[in-house]
Amino acid sequence: MPPRVIVLGVGNAERGDDGAGRMVARFLKDTLPPNVEVVEHDGEATSLLARLDGAVSAYVIDACVSKSPPGTIHRFDANRETLPHVSSDMSTHGFGLAAAIELGRTLGQLPAHVVVYAIEGKSFDTGAALSGPVAAAVSVVAERIRSEIDAALF
Amino acid sequence: MARKTIKVDYLARVEGEGAFKVVVRDGAVKRAELRIFEPPRFYEAFLRGRSYMEASDITARICGICPVAYQMSAVHSMEKILGIKVDGALRELRRLLYCGEWIESHVLHVYMLHAPDFLGYDSAIHMAKDHGDLVRTALRLKKIGNDIMTMVGGREIHPINVKVGGFYKVPSKRDLGSMVENLKWARDAALDMVRFVSKLDFPNNERDYEFVSLRHDKEYPLNEGRVVSSKGIDIPVEEYDQHFKETHVEHSTALQSHIVGRGPYFVGPLARYSLNFDKLTPTAQQAAREAGLGKTCTNPFRSIIVRAVETVYAVEEALRIIGSYEQPDKPFIAAEPRAGVGCAATEAPRGLIYHHYEIAADGSIMHARIVPPTAQNQPTIEKDLTSFVADWLDLPDVELQHRCEQAIRNYDPCISCSCHFLKLDIDRA
Repeated sequence: MPPRVIVLGVGNAERGDDGAGRMVARFLKDTLPPNVEVVEHDGEATSLLARLDGAVSAYVIDACVSKSPPGTIHRFDANRETLPHVSSDMSTHGFGLAAAIELGRTLGQLPAHVVVYAIEGKSFDTGAALSGPVAAAVSVVAERIRSEIDAALF
Repeated sequence: MARKTIKVDYLARVEGEGAFKVVVRDGAVKRAELRIFEPPRFYEAFLRGRSYMEASDITARICGICPVAYQMSAVHSMEKILGIKVDGALRELRRLLYCGEWIESHVLHVYMLHAPDFLGYDSAIHMAKDHGDLVRTALRLKKIGNDIMTMVGGREIHPINVKVGGFYKVPSKRDLGSMVENLKWARDAALDMVRFVSKLDFPNNERDYEFVSLRHDKEYPLNEGRVVSSKGIDIPVEEYDQHFKETHVEHSTALQSHIVGRGPYFVGPLARYSLNFDKLTPTAQQAAREAGLGKTCTNPFRSIIVRAVETVYAVEEALRIIGSYEQPDKPFIAAEPRAGVGCAATEAPRGLIYHHYEIAADGSIMHARIVPPTAQNQPTIEKDLTSFVADWLDLPDVELQHRCEQAIRNYDPCISCSCHFLKLDIDRA
């Protein structure tokens, strides 16, 4: 049986660029091999960690705010590095993602391979659509994840 | 003039965003303000014109931690207007769904947010390094609450299966039976949780609260009951507005509630427990006694024990409901809309939540009012903090910040989740 892979798009789709992670998940939904589960998630830490349980490989996508230009794509190998605080303090759920990863690491529960993509956001207004640069980054991240999964499986 | 300002910025998280500020003048606490910058409550406005059927799904969005509370107060209000009474297995299923929410909310708060304060850790992550098994137990226990939400509510966050008159779809007896083994484990785990928190170190801070909660003849209150207080209120929920008033204060976008002619009051686990101890299961009562609690509890720092006791109750209640459940023939009672006014109160994990609606003959909502628990507690929280901080002014800043955060978490406000990365500014003029 092929190893279980999970793609988790984290965020709040009703808060502008905060929905970036979810949009990546929607892009990828039903387009990946059957062993790859694609899930949208609100980012609450304990629930997020439970979602990673049993997966060999995980791709987590979230919005972030650092000092980079909007739409900048950050990629972290969570097995090797701690997520920088800059990506966790800014959004209402971001604490959840960083906490989930660190909690999983501490408890020895992280999948063998965890990649976090963070897309630099610009506007987090209630009810807003994705800003232009973030919308463009969403499709780029989706394609990168598709390639990474393809390369790992074949 | 000796001036000291304690400011805790960014209480950012699911239900809202806020901060905590204490102003000290000449060695005395002048005022404590819990600043809640919730996005203005557009909900009440944008419910207007929507169908009465949508209120439960729309209001569930207000909170990611306690959506069931909003759903329940909404559907009960609508059912009163429609003149239907949801009873039997459907009523039991709603109670079960609420048990799921209490379990996940209380476990998250007790173990992941509040216990690290008592044990001297910066966060649950730091605590996990020394107490890995404790955190694993907490995660498993919380997930069992989430599993109930998923099974009965359709999904764990913002359930979508609750409907005016009942549910869209009801689980089979076998579906619910699949959770029994986990719930039996959860009962033992919850009892361990009570024992664990009872050994924490508690400051002596008994307060003179007016507790307010629901009270029901036959059961620990979740979905219905009279509104009662520890100082004599005992009314049907329809009279809520005659006794409780909301006012707007400048430093917060949340309205603050008072009892007419008296002042602040306090809703939540301490109130429920103190007004309904006799309705807990024998096991939960025994666990409370062994943890050193009396039949009432007025020390907010001990609320962590009460939450653990309520978790025992919620697990046992879930087991009772599942044990006697027979799948109803229909998932809901059908009824035609009609013009009218209705209100309901239920018990969110954080306390009583009151909804009031007026709908037109075609079922469209004319007016909606939602009074969440944290807004009701805000004046009490500020009063308590003013008193506590006065005793702590001589502490070093780091310790003072720690105490303030711990004290705020006593009330489990929905804004509490982010307290670990709060910033404390002390301004010494």
